[in-house]
Amino acid sequence: MNTLDFARLQFAVTTLFHFIFVPMSIGLALFVAICQTRWYLSGDETWLRATRFWGKFLLISMAIGVVTGIVQEFQFGMNWSLYSRYVGDIFGAPLAMEGLIAFFMESTFVGLWIFGWGRLPRKWHLASIWLVAIGTVLSAYFILAANSWMQHPVGYEINHATGHAQLTNIFSVLFNSTVLLAFPHTILGAFTTGGMLVVAVSAFLWLRGNRNAVITRSMRLALPFTLAAVLATMAFGDGQGRLMVDQQPMKMAAAEAVCNSGHGQSFSIFSVAGFTTNPCPNNITSIRIPHLLSLIEDLSWGGNIRGIDQIQAAERKQFGPGNYVPPVGVEYWSFRLMIGAGVLMMVISLGGIWLERRRRLEVSRRFQRLALLGLVLPILANWTGWIFTEVGRQPWVVFGLLKTSQANSPNVGTGDIVFTLAGYIVLYGVLIAIGAWLMLKEAKHGPEPDPGDQGAGEQPPNAPHSELVLAY
Amino acid sequence: MHPDPTFLQVLWFVLIGVLWAGYFILEGFDFGVGMLVKLLARDRVDTRMIIHTIGPVWDGNEVWLLVAGGATFAAFPGWYAAAFSGFYLALFLVLAALILRGVSFEFWGKHDSAGWRATWEWVVAISSAVAALLFGVAWANFIHGVPMGAGNVVHASLWDLLHPYALLGGLVTLSLFLTHGANFLALRVSGELHERARVLSTRVEPLAALLAVAFMIWTIAQQSGRGGVLVLAILTALAALAIPFARRAGEGVAFALTSAVITLLTVTFFVTLYPNALPSTTGRAFDLTLSAASSSHYTLVVMTIVSVIFVPIVLLYQGWTYWVFRHRLGRDDYEGPLNPIAVAERKFGGSA
Ligand code: HDD
Ligand code: HEM
Ligand code: HEM
Repeated sequence: MNTLDFARLQFAVTTLFHFIFVPMSIGLALFVAICQTRWYLSGDETWLRATRFWGKFLLISMAIGVVTGIVQEFQFGMNWSLYSRYVGDIFGAPLAMEGLIAFFMESTFVGLWIFGWGRLPRKWHLASIWLVAIGTVLSAYFILAANSWMQHPVGYEINHATGHAQLTNIFSVLFNSTVLLAFPHTILGAFTTGGMLVVAVSAFLWLRGNRNAVITRSMRLALPFTLAAVLATMAFGDGQGRLMVDQQPMKMAAAEAVCNSGHGQSFSIFSVAGFTTNPCPNNITSIRIPHLLSLIEDLSWGGNIRGIDQIQAAERKQFGPGNYVPPVGVEYWSFRLMIGAGVLMMVISLGGIWLERRRRLEVSRRFQRLALLGLVLPILANWTGWIFTEVGRQPWVVFGLLKTSQANSPNVGTGDIVFTLAGYIVLYGVLIAIGAWLMLKEAKHGPEPDPGDQGAGEQPPNAPHSELVLAY
Repeated sequence: MHPDPTFLQVLWFVLIGVLWAGYFILEGFDFGVGMLVKLLARDRVDTRMIIHTIGPVWDGNEVWLLVAGGATFAAFPGWYAAAFSGFYLALFLVLAALILRGVSFEFWGKHDSAGWRATWEWVVAISSAVAALLFGVAWANFIHGVPMGAGNVVHASLWDLLHPYALLGGLVTLSLFLTHGANFLALRVSGELHERARVLSTRVEPLAALLAVAFMIWTIAQQSGRGGVLVLAILTALAALAIPFARRAGEGVAFALTSAVITLLTVTFFVTLYPNALPSTTGRAFDLTLSAASSSHYTLVVMTIVSVIFVPIVLLYQGWTYWVFRHRLGRDDYEGPLNPIAVAERKFGGSA
C-alpha cells in the first residue's frame, strides 16, 4: 500500500466510524422529540419516561457523533490538501454553512435540553429537542450537498489562471439533482436506523421479561415509524439508481456487474467477482435472471444496457487514457447488501405490525429474537450505501474533474498517516466499546418502572442508579 | 507580487479573527474549568458543580472552532490546505485531546463507580490542558512562520513546531485559560468552592501576566518595525499586567479583563499575520498571502450574505443560553440525585 492508499483508508475508517452514530442521532432525536411531544400534549407520564429512556441512547450516540465529527471537519485539509485547494471555493461554502446554521443549533439546544429540565418552561424545553432534531437534519442536508457536488459537479467553472474549480451558482450546488435524492434517501435511512434501534432494544427488554408500559408504547410507535421510513428510503434509492444511469453510468454498470453491453440484459443475483480486478473480470461466475435488468433499468424487455466495456471506451475518449472502472466486486456486493438489509428491515417491521394486529407481538419470542438484528442491519445498510457511493466514484474524487490520486497532501508521508490512522483506530475503538457498553447497560436497566409496579424488571427502582441521570 | 487583499477578503480575515477570539474566550474558560476539575474539586459534589458550570454550553462553544475551520475552508482554501496539512501531527494531537475531552463529560456521569469517575476526571483535566497549550503553540507558529516552499506546501515535522517561541506561546494560553477558567468558576458557584477558585486565580494570574508580557516582547522583537504589531502587543501586555489588580474592582471585572486579554492576544495574532495567511520562513517570496489563498469573489459574497443573516441569530440564542443558566450553583443544588423526572414533578406538580 502506498501513501495514497493509506490516506484513503484513513478517510474511509474515520468517516465510517462517524457514520455509525450519525444516523442513530438523527433517528433518535426525532423519535425522542415525538415521545416528548406526546407527553406534552397528553400529560401521560409513560411518554415522559419513554423520552427519558430513549434520550439516554440519544445522548450517548450524539456525544460520539460530535467528537468523531470534529475530525471530519479538519481532515480535508490534513490529508487532502490538493483537493481542498482545488474545490475549496465550492466545497467550503456548504461546509461553513453547516457549521453556522446547523452545528450551532444542535449543540446549543442539546445543552438546553439536557440541563433545562425543570428550568425552562415546558414549551421551550420541548422546542429545544425539536430544534436539536431539526439541526441534525439540516446538517445532513449541507454535508450531502457538498458530497453530491463531488458525485455530480454543477454550478462551477474552471478558473484558467489557477486551474481550480470556482463557484458560479450556489443554488445549483444546494439544489443539485443528486442531493435532492441523496438527502431524503440518507435521512430516511437514518430514521430507519433510529426506529430499528428502538424496536431492537424493546424486543431485548421483552426477551428479558421486562413488561414496562414504556416498552409497549415505544414498540407500537417504532414499528410503523420504521416501516414508513424504510419504504420511503427504498423509493428514493430507486430514484437514485435511475439518476445514476445518467450521471455515473459506470457505477451502475459495476453494481450490476454488466461487463459487456447488450440488449435484453439478464439480472445477476449471485456472482463471484474479484474485488479489485480491473477492468471488468471475464472470469465472473454469475447466476442470472434473464431480461430482468433491462426491465428494471430501461423498463423494457429488450432494452439496451451499456456495459463496462462501452462506458470505459466512452470515458477514455472523454477524459483521456486511464482506467475508469471502480472495483466491481465491491460495488456489486455493497449494493446488494444495502438493499438486502433494507428488505430485511422492511420484513421485520411489517412482521411486527402484523403480529401486533393479531395481539401476539408481546409473546412471540421468535419475532423478538429476529428483531435483535435491528442492531446491525441499519449500520450494515448505511455503511454499504456509503461504500457503494464513494468507491463507485473512483478513480475520481470529484467526478470527471479531479482524480483521487491527485488530491492528497504531498507533504504528508506514509509514516504520519499510519501513525494517525493507528491513533484514530485505537481512540475510536475505545469510544465505540464504551458507547456500546453504556448503551447495553442502559438497555438492561430499562425504563423507570411503572408507578405502583415495584416488581417490574429485575432491578429495584431508582435507588442504586441515582447517578445515572440524563445530565451528567 | 500579489495584489492587495480586496475589501471582502479583509472582511473575511476579520470575521475569522472574530471566530477565533470568540472561540478562545468561550472555550478558554471551558479549558480552564476542565483543568480545575482535578485542581479544585475535593469530592463528588464539587466535581459535579464544576462540570455543571460548563455542561450546558461547552458543546456550543466548541462549534466556534468548527465554524472558524469551515469559514477558513470556504474563504481561504489555500490557507486551510497549507496550514492543516503542514501542522499534521500537531493538529492530530489537538483533535485527540478535543475528542477525549468531549466524551469524558458525557461518560463521567453514566456509570456509578469511583474509579470510573476518577478516570474521566483525569481525562478532562489533561486533555483540557493539552488543548490549551497546543492552541498557543499553533498560533505562535502561524505568526512566526513555517518552512513553506513552492506551491505553498509546508515541510515541517512536529519537532520543527516546538521551538522556544512557540512553547512560550503555548504556556501563555495555558496559564491564561486557567486563570480565565478560575474567574469564570468564581462567578458561577458559591460557598467554599467559590473561595478556592478565587484563591487559585490570584496565584496563577501573576504568572499568566508575566508570560504574556514576555511573549509580547519577543513578538515585537521578531516583527521589528511593524507599527500595528507594536501597538497591539503593548496593549495586550498592559492588559495582562492589569489582571492582578482587576479583582479589587470585582469578580465580574476580573473575568471581563481575562476575556479582554484573550481578545487582544487574538487581535495581535491576526494583525501580525496580515496581509499574509501564513508567512514562510523559507523566504518572503513563499509567503502565502490572503489574496493568493482566497476563494472567488462570488463565494465570498455568498458567504457574507449567509453570515449577515445567521450570525446574529446564533449570537442571540447562545446568549440566551447563558441567561437561562445564569444563577450561581450552590452545594445544596447537588447533594441529591438530579433526576429530571423529580425536577419536572417538583416544578410542574404531578404529571399523570
Ligand atoms: C447524513 C448526515 C451526515 C454526514 C454524511 C456527515 N455528518 Fe457529521 N454529523 C452529522 C451528520 C452527518 C450530525 C447528525 O449532524 C452529527 C452527528 C451527531 C451530532 O451531534 O451531529 C454530526 C456531527 C459532526 C460534527 C460535530 C458537530 C458538533 O459539534 O455539533 C462535525 C464537525 C461534522 N459532523 C462534520 C462532518 C463532515 C466534515 C462530514 C463529511 C465527511 C460529515 N460530518 C459527515
Ligand atoms: C460530504 C461528505 C463526504 C465527503 C466530502 C467525502 C469525500 C471523500 C474523499 C475526499 C475520499 C477520499 C478519496 C477516495 O479514496 O475516494 C472519500 C473516500 C471515502 N468515503 Fe467519502 N466523503 C463524504 C462522506 C462520506 C461518508 C458519510 C461516508 C460513510 C460513512 C463516506 C465513505 C467513504 C469511503 C468508504 C471512502 C473510501 C473509498 C475508497 O478509498 O475507495 N464518505 N470520501
Ligand atoms: C431497495 C432499497 C435501496 C435502494 C434501491 C438503494 C439505492 C441506493 C443508491 C442507488 C445509492 C447510491 C447513490 C449514489 O451513489 O449517488 C444509495 C446510497 C446509499 N444508501 Fe441506499 N438504497 C436502498 C436501501 C437503503 C437502506 C435501507 C439504507 C439505510 C438504512 C440505505 C442507505 C444508503 C446510504 C447511507 C447511501 C449513501 C448516501 C447516498 O449516496 O445517498 N439504502 N442507495
